[in-house]
Amino acid sequence: MSGVLAVLEQRDGVLHKMALEALAAAQQIGAALNLPVFTAVLGGGAEALTGYKIDKIHVLEHELLKDYTPDGYTIALKQLIAAHHPTFVLFPHTYQVRDFAPKLATALGRVLVSDVISHRIEDGKTVMVRQLFQGKINADIRFEGEPPYFASIQAGAFRADTLVAGTAPIDKFAVDLKPDQIRTKPLELFRESARAVDLTAADIIVSVGRGIKEADNIPIVQKLAEAFGGELAASRPICDNGWLPMERQVGSSGQTVAPKMYVAVGISGAIQHLVGMKGSKTIVAINKDPEAPIFEVADYGIVGDLFEVVPALIEALKK
Amino acid sequence: MKIVVAIKQVPSRDSQLKVNTSGKWIEDSDLSWEINEPDAYALESGLQLREKSSGEVVVICVGPSGASQTIREALAKGADRAIHIDTEDYGSSDPLALAGIMAKALESEKPDLLLTGLQSDDLGYGQTGVILAEVMGLPHATIIMNIEEAGGKITVKRELEDGWFQHVEIPLPALLTIQSGATKLRYATLMGIKKAKTKEVKKLSASELQMDLPASIKLDRIYFPVKTKHSQIFDGPAKESAAKLIEKLRFEARVI
Repeated sequence: MSGVLAVLEQRDGVLHKMALEALAAAQQIGAALNLPVFTAVLGGGAEALTGYKIDKIHVLEHELLKDYTPDGYTIALKQLIAAHHPTFVLFPHTYQVRDFAPKLATALGRVLVSDVISHRIEDGKTVMVRQLFQGKINADIRFEGEPPYFASIQAGAFRADTLVAGTAPIDKFAVDLKPDQIRTKPLELFRESARAVDLTAADIIVSVGRGIKEADNIPIVQKLAEAFGGELAASRPICDNGWLPMERQVGSSGQTVAPKMYVAVGISGAIQHLVGMKGSKTIVAINKDPEAPIFEVADYGIVGDLFEVVPALIEALKK
Repeated sequence: MKIVVAIKQVPSRDSQLKVNTSGKWIEDSDLSWEINEPDAYALESGLQLREKSSGEVVVICVGPSGASQTIREALAKGADRAIHIDTEDYGSSDPLALAGIMAKALESEKPDLLLTGLQSDDLGYGQTGVILAEVMGLPHATIIMNIEEAGGKITVKRELEDGWFQHVEIPLPALLTIQSGATKLRYATLMGIKKAKTKEVKKLSASELQMDLPASIKLDRIYFPVKTKHSQIFDGPAKESAAKLIEKLRFEARVI
């Protein structure tokens, strides 16, 4: 049997927010190549999928799959793939997928095309597009040899609101798994600090990145945030350095925000940052590198030295 | 504990990139280079572990002859010795092929712990570590912030999404991919730079270490993305650009 299999992530029976985007990718590729679409869910959450057009939802069940481990997930999915021979196996490009999907593909002698932003069909063959150099350059990647072909889908690359509604029968798939096959022992999940700042409530966010060069320069951007009447936020390296607290971090490991205006100052726009802010209504970027990926998502941009541009903006706001 | 750290040399962050004539890789003749940032943190984690528990830190690097600069810097920071797998064809290689080459080179080393950065700043597959673990038959954990070692096993702090973390226990030998920023990077000392000149760099050739496995993906071409969003960019003098932007934000976007 051939088809497009989307492996959808869940935690405690709730689907990951990127799971439906991966399903949208599966439906689009399935429609283009006239292939059926299947999903795999390891654990709960399948009920949330039954209103979409899916040929079958495989629910992989085993006591040892309750807590995520790369060994458990790899063994379970290898068994599903061996039983159903999908042509494509798609994943959302989440942290968990980054942890096990390359292992699964390797175990089958294949390479996962990771963090795919789009696809197209050329002469009946699928070409995957992914980014190099932190989003500065795109690459077209083709699959070679026999399927299965593995790919993970970047956050926001496919839209969940394009999903085709329909019906989806659930099929339980029994996994054969023994405790000694799982070598790592996952312990409790935890969070480090209570969040005192709720960036998601801010109408205007001014965010600072590496371009600020040192901690002593942060007040320059703080003043711009105050002039706009907005909250100050930062990209990851700023919080890693302890220049601003973690609770002000925007991006995949921090908060996801969608304010009326987001001003990115000295932020190049690595995808880990973009996923946390690209839903903002108006995006302004200030960066000295005209090729910086942040300009790809910006509505307005200034190419220039932030140490000249930011004071000039504060001055212009007073007028 | 014997610790192997895989490092990669990549173009400096501010590089102005151009596509080369093959259309498959960048023009790399007049770029400046640096260690891939997450790999610098992997090296730092390895050096800190060695300081706590003694042993040896070996760096392994697949790259062109010019990568010797990055290898020397790693030795100057404190790595004990290095393995340099020479290849000019580092750009279009896929991560499975690269991991296969490293696994072969490490067969005789038998490390207790392998560390890599969580992803590279150039190809950005974010997979080499996980693939290397699978090829070598080792357990792994990714996006690691902290490592504690005790009694033949390690407990690591894994970063999850949205501010969540998880501790995971892993038996040794194992492979970890290291997150950037969890610790402070050291600088090479003058003494370190001097010592590095006498440290062993074993040279191997990638072509002799390749796995016998057909490629499952192929890089067709690389290109600059076509802008899909209509952005208004101002690149004149700062004052002029600032005035134009504020005008647009007030009267066009109407957000202030």
